[in-house]
Amino acid sequence: MYIRPVAAIAALCLLGSVSLTQAADKPSDPEIAHIAYTAGAIDIEAAKQAIAKSKNKNVVAFAKDMVRDHEAVNQQALDLVKKLNVTPEDNATSQALSKAAADERKKLGGLKGAAFDKAYVDNEVAYHKQVNGALETLLIPSAGNGELKSLLETGLKIFQGHQQHAEHVASELK
Amino acid sequence: MLAPILGAGMAQAETIQVTIDKMAFSPADIEAKAGDTIEWINGDILAHTATVKGGFDVMLPPKKSASLVVEKVGLFDYYCRFHPNMKGHIAVSAP
Repeated sequence: MYIRPVAAIAALCLLGSVSLTQAADKPSDPEIAHIAYTAGAIDIEAAKQAIAKSKNKNVVAFAKDMVRDHEAVNQQALDLVKKLNVTPEDNATSQALSKAAADERKKLGGLKGAAFDKAYVDNEVAYHKQVNGALETLLIPSAGNGELKSLLETGLKIFQGHQQHAEHVASELK
Repeated sequence: MLAPILGAGMAQAETIQVTIDKMAFSPADIEAKAGDTIEWINGDILAHTATVKGGFDVMLPPKKSASLVVEKVGLFDYYCRFHPNMKGHIAVSAP
């Protein structure tokens, strides 16, 4: 597999409509911390929406797993930036992620029942795939601090597990 | 091996450790004798469980360990309820 930062940024751009050229440079540690935290917070929001809306036991259980895990990882991230005395910096990638997530949340908000469940879980598969791709090809290789890199690597393992879990839930919905 | 042992004394129960690191049980496959203790050491920052469908359900809080004495002889597939792709297997034989 060949790796290009630009490709990773393209992968992060969920709808393809947001220009991320500014972020094509290697992100700094404060930016990486911000992107990673934002990506987690987005998934927690999405999960809370699913817990409130879904009646499907597997979907709700999956969403609760997402809240539990992403809150745990984000807490570790907060503890680490505090320890390292780093202030996470907002950046174009974080903003594009947040914008795409807000659009998705709105779209999901208009769906109900099985249609909602399918759209939520399909998006969880796609979202984790995109975030994992960005972690592997851009965020982990760009991280300067060893502890930040290690937390991102742990996060990648966790989110790969989430992706598989989401794929499994998706296959059961069909 | 057949179970009844005459005069050989009781086999010493052992503790078998399984560590959890980055969403995996290691070793994933273990062998135990009835009466042995399985100790799961969760090194992850996440909560996990060691759960057998219709059987035991051991909660493994982040960075904590928990254990269980296996009493029943048999083959047990277990998994983490929070991360169903995490799987392990215990073969329990007679002591």
